[in-house]
Amino acid sequence: MSRYDVNGRLYAAEPQPGECLRSFLRSLDVFGVKKGCDAGDCGACTVHIDGKPFHSCLVPAFRGDGCKITTIEGLAETGEWHPMQKAFHDAQAFQCGFCAAGMIMTAVTFTDAQRADLPHALKGNLCRCTGYRSINDALHGTCNIEPDVAGNALGASLANPFTSEILTGRARYTMDIAVANLLHLKVLRSPHAHARITGIDRSQALSIPGVVAVYTWEDVPKRLFSSALHEDHLVDPDDMMLLDDVVRFVGQRVAAVVAETEAAAEAGCRALEVEYEILPAVFDPVVAMQPGAPQLHAKDHLSNSGNIFCTLAGEIGDVAQGFAEAFAIHEQTYSTTRAQHVHLETHGSIAWKGADNRWHVRTSSQAPFAAQKKLAYVMGIPARDLHVFTERVGGGFGGKQEMVSEDLVLFATIKLNRPVSWEWTREEEFIAATTRHQMTTKVKIGARKDGTITAMDVEVVSNTGAYGGHGSETLGAAMASPIAAYRCKNKKGIGHAVYTNMTPAGGFRGYGASQTTFAIEQAIDELAVLLGIDPFAMRRRNVVMPGDNIESIWQEPSDASFGSHGIDECLDIVERELAKGNGIVKPEGADWLEGQGVALAMLECGPPTEHRSGAEMRLLPNGTYHLACGSTEMGNGITTAHKQIAAHILGTRIEDIDIINADTDRTPYDTGTFASTGTVVGGKAVHLAAEAMMADILAFASRHTGVALDQCRLDNDAVFCGNRRLSLSELHAAGTAVDHRFSVNRRAYLSPRTIAFNVQGVRLAVQRVTGEIRVLHSVHAADIGKPINPMQCRGQLDGAVAMGYGWALIENMVHDDAGRMVNPQLRNCRIPSFADTPHTDVFFANTIDAIGPLGAKSQGECGINPVAPAVANAIANATGLRFAHLPFTPDRLFARLAAHS
Amino acid sequence: MNLNTITELKRPSSLADIGVWRDGYSFLAGGTWLFSEPQVAVDTLIDLESMGWTSLSATESGLEIAATCRVAELHAFVTPPAWQAASLFHDCINAFLMSFKIWNAATIGGNICMSLPAGAMISLTAALEGVCTLWPQNGPPREVSVVDFVTGDHQNVLQHGELMRSIHLPASALAKRAAMRQVSLTQLGRSAALVLATVAEDGSDFLLTVTAATPRPIQLRFTAFPTTDELRHALDRRLPLDAYFQDVHGSAAYRQHITPYLAEQIRAELA
Repeated sequence: MSRYDVNGRLYAAEPQPGECLRSFLRSLDVFGVKKGCDAGDCGACTVHIDGKPFHSCLVPAFRGDGCKITTIEGLAETGEWHPMQKAFHDAQAFQCGFCAAGMIMTAVTFTDAQRADLPHALKGNLCRCTGYRSINDALHGTCNIEPDVAGNALGASLANPFTSEILTGRARYTMDIAVANLLHLKVLRSPHAHARITGIDRSQALSIPGVVAVYTWEDVPKRLFSSALHEDHLVDPDDMMLLDDVVRFVGQRVAAVVAETEAAAEAGCRALEVEYEILPAVFDPVVAMQPGAPQLHAKDHLSNSGNIFCTLAGEIGDVAQGFAEAFAIHEQTYSTTRAQHVHLETHGSIAWKGADNRWHVRTSSQAPFAAQKKLAYVMGIPARDLHVFTERVGGGFGGKQEMVSEDLVLFATIKLNRPVSWEWTREEEFIAATTRHQMTTKVKIGARKDGTITAMDVEVVSNTGAYGGHGSETLGAAMASPIAAYRCKNKKGIGHAVYTNMTPAGGFRGYGASQTTFAIEQAIDELAVLLGIDPFAMRRRNVVMPGDNIESIWQEPSDASFGSHGIDECLDIVERELAKGNGIVKPEGADWLEGQGVALAMLECGPPTEHRSGAEMRLLPNGTYHLACGSTEMGNGITTAHKQIAAHILGTRIEDIDIINADTDRTPYDTGTFASTGTVVGGKAVHLAAEAMMADILAFASRHTGVALDQCRLDNDAVFCGNRRLSLSELHAAGTAVDHRFSVNRRAYLSPRTIAFNVQGVRLAVQRVTGEIRVLHSVHAADIGKPINPMQCRGQLDGAVAMGYGWALIENMVHDDAGRMVNPQLRNCRIPSFADTPHTDVFFANTIDAIGPLGAKSQGECGINPVAPAVANAIANATGLRFAHLPFTPDRLFARLAAHS
Repeated sequence: MNLNTITELKRPSSLADIGVWRDGYSFLAGGTWLFSEPQVAVDTLIDLESMGWTSLSATESGLEIAATCRVAELHAFVTPPAWQAASLFHDCINAFLMSFKIWNAATIGGNICMSLPAGAMISLTAALEGVCTLWPQNGPPREVSVVDFVTGDHQNVLQHGELMRSIHLPASALAKRAAMRQVSLTQLGRSAALVLATVAEDGSDFLLTVTAATPRPIQLRFTAFPTTDELRHALDRRLPLDAYFQDVHGSAAYRQHITPYLAEQIRAELA
């Protein structure tokens, strides 16, 4: 028997001969070792073997025999935190926290030389949330947090309440739980982009030792649904089934195998013999719209419109007349790429039947309540018999606004009456999870000589892939705020969301608006160049102001309204900072060209469709509070913000408010944490609940003491009734004696929606031979109202801007002619590393919103939107060439640069 | 990741211990590639660590690198001052897409036997005129230069069950002056082109090695130091567009565009 010393504890165990150390350590319940990619690219599984750092997913487990293995759980040897854990605490160098253990285990081994060269030293550690700014802070000893003081919660940079668990490896993400008697599910995925399954022979698979069940389209409920999650399920087309007899993209589920081990389940998948009748496939949405194109979905004669899932069109004013009045007209087609969210925690769920005879689904979701409703529908069981919850979610970015792992585990659990787990691989994320919608946007825009825009005409073609979830909503977003951001009497637009045999698209931070912002913000710059007007001045002249109609291509009354207006200030900040410079000069040599660019983005804070959230508060016997809100914490910092909102109202510390979130049994209903709603809907519910809590406490205190209500006030952990001080624990005891429960529940709805802005400024250098782009100065100004937690808001913007740079400069999902992704690994489909991510100076406009809770607006989403067009505008400014198609990788730039010079 | 099809692990101390090679066998060196992708055709791992080879030995004739030498060991190795070209060790190791943590596991031989165009240890050992010693399943050891060892993307001269034992870098090559340039589509990313050259102290024997841009390393030797035009023409003659590699890390056209540019920079540096 081999002997393993893990964090000072000895284990006698024999790993499987091909087992990696990551998996082996987790089998010992050492869950601080994460699986981000399982391929050596992300570093989330970093451990020390005899003091040296290794990616444990690449280490054969047997090589740990006789070695001293240290994981994040063992880093604090004496019980005291390692100084690096303290540094990560003080800098709050994480958001979802999934990468933190690996980051720390790597950083503690750095030599001075490595500390001085973090781009190299952190090559093997990816973070999708932070944009690496706070990680850089941690490694430079910067403290970003303030103390938690009663009465000072609002606007304070308070530490994430789960910091300690995250930085010591004790935080339990979805898969960080040992379940007895657990079965494992794996799916066979389609190798074909479009095919009918004519037969599946499961006999070989069922004969493999350990295989318990095989499920195919013949076994599952014949209920159509959409994996997209919204409050109103009707906004997404019911066009998929748990398992179907037609596959419509490479990577679609063909069959599920459930087994005693993952290995047996994988072997079972390989042993399935599937016969396909290959069908013609179409990948280009323009081709897919043509008559005679292969059809993806059979429709009835009433709704038959070929592969076009949704068309949105409208016109206000008279666009033809508007162009007739224009002095200059710009017309150009722009296009953006699909992209993967790459939340470091892959999708995964575990389902079981509880002692309460109900079904429980532990999952990684942005919308557990919507998932609960949809699961109940698909399985044909009452929603009350179903409990869906998250514990800690390792990133989302829209990718988990999707029910893609819960359904099959629940189905198998119901069938087999045993717990079933399904954890996705990184490759599955690339080929089978949703992506950002690829969109092509043709813009025609005209203006008078003074820069006043007279007409806008926008045509959008969106590739929604094989299934239409989020297709109409993202198209709606694409046709809305980027166009509404500019005052213009004459606007016209038409957009189509089109089915193709590509991986289905879904929600992704920026949600359709990113794609058309990319087009329109470049068009604004091109028009400014034609007119000889400065790009800042061009935007100031045309951007919507209070009093203007906030409208895109429709004139229906809207509930979007200016609760505050900070775009002027944002433009001023970015212009000032770019003019001031940051002292970073372009690399030497005539081959380097320098330029700067700006772009803005407008956000209506929340979706146009219904969105609601509830919050529940209780005073506890010890005088502290319990807060329950359905919003999902996935690195967005929403639990910190919600605690701060409640603490502010109640005049207490956030430490005195415990919180539970995103759990259909333990929190009130919440539509889901997406569409920029965590603060403006969930936060509003918390605000109302905290006010109700205070009112309840004071009313009882008044009754209990006989002191008039207006003579009673709450003071942190006590109530003053006149001059009499009653601690909250005393008050609670008094209430309990008369069955007063100190519990309240409030609901919030989203209307009206306030409006936020983001402005990105970029100065960069382009190497005209190699095509390399170096960002020299990155400035972001956000009009997000009152920041509830400025550090967190800055972190959200750091992360959003970094993601924007990734989309603009790096990320590239490549598919071959048969619709197969060529590069479904992180080393081949790169996301920004530390080295790729410029530092961004983040500023807030000094606005206090009249609509959002406590003056706050949405802040986590929209920061991404102006980044790619600002980069494009800077490249155009530097080179004189307009690059209108993402991504701006050197091999896509060099030819035109060479021809131009 | 777990290689769930593996049912047996062999830890031989000599070639004889391995026995007759069969399909399903795979040598395991550092494991950094093997464990990074599913290997469903493999059922038996043959661990080379147990062979106990000395990683590095420097002699007057040059440097002997065991195939199982870790990248980190080469990075830490202190070379004799006369070996000017040993500056390429760090240059090429830093050119890896992968982090220093991978260096602790990955091996020089493993990187060469992977035979990826962007294999930075191929770049290094090819530029330094390395010669591999191979142990066939049957028959005596044979020697093949690194530049001939790699024959294409993921392709090399290894025969069924043949084992790479070591790479010898001759002292004559190590004594030359050297320079290297690399370009990637992302910062510190995988090489789109990695070009190196060595030159004798007197300017003779200019040896240009093109890697990453081409499916296999390509060498151009100039007895006398080339001019800008001579270098450019030689490259154009030797490497038409279809000789360049095309993948997600760079288009062939980009690689064709960038390779002469990097080569000229190196030429200028060594002039």
